[in-house]
Amino acid sequence: MIFVTVGTQLPFDRLIKAVDGWAGKAERKDVFAQTGSETLTPSHIDWVPWLDPVGFRQRVQEASLIIAHAGMGSVLTALEFSKPIIVLPRRSALGEHRNDHQLATARWLAEQGRVEVAMDEDDLLRMLDSGDDYSNPGTIREWASEELLEAIRGFLASS
Amino acid sequence: MKVLAVASGGGHWIQLLRLRPALAGNDVTFVTTDPGYREYLDGEPLLVVNDANRWNKFGLVLLALRILLILLKTRPDVVISTGAAPGFFALRLGRLFGARTIWIDSMANVEKLSMSGERIGRHADLWLTQWAHLAREDGPSYRGSVL
Repeated sequence: MIFVTVGTQLPFDRLIKAVDGWAGKAERKDVFAQTGSETLTPSHIDWVPWLDPVGFRQRVQEASLIIAHAGMGSVLTALEFSKPIIVLPRRSALGEHRNDHQLATARWLAEQGRVEVAMDEDDLLRMLDSGDDYSNPGTIREWASEELLEAIRGFLASS
Repeated sequence: MKVLAVASGGGHWIQLLRLRPALAGNDVTFVTTDPGYREYLDGEPLLVVNDANRWNKFGLVLLALRILLILLKTRPDVVISTGAAPGFFALRLGRLFGARTIWIDSMANVEKLSMSGERIGRHADLWLTQWAHLAREDGPSYRGSVL
């Protein structure tokens, strides 16, 4: 199952339409999307506008590949469950977010190599068509870095 | 010690949860924007507020009131947040009640601090960015990240 998610805040029709079109052409019946939109109606994939937190986590756990906006919630959840994830950053010029911070997040993630980054829809379609199953995802530690945990512990101890 | 741990839903919340080992041993109450996140916890108390941003003035006022009530009820010694609006108000108002405050700017802010992170800085006793290149003398420090 491929799980597509646009996060908790805003629709991201460019991502959903790209994956929907690809699923139609590639005759993929195993795509499920959380679209963040009450008005967009994809034709080739199963979809819901929103998922509650438990449903979201379940979908991530069941997925073999996640396709998402470049949001930290989606990225961290995928990595926590060691799931491969492709992200497409939202662009403010296209009205997809208030600013372009997802572009910066995506560039950083690409450098890290822990997740796959598609900078635009063509990029995304190329990656999906490549047949690569991205089955070798990055992994992360269970908690924040020891340095950050120590900083908080130290602060609490002195409070 | 009583700790109020605050984050709006999505990425802010996931980042806050990754700090839990540092909070262990304290009396922690979580605050977020979706009751469904109770399932992500191990039975710690969770209080729910509305989310809001600067384009929704009514939502901001309602949120500030809800945070105020939570502070009156829980009387935390420390308020910690990874953002966004709920954490901003929790730090700003919490400090008026004598709480010490921690702001950890979201990792998503790679190029510059979030707007709430920039504004809350002088109300944070511990003001952190998760990016070494964003640390500055008159601004946040860098002490690692949630990854």
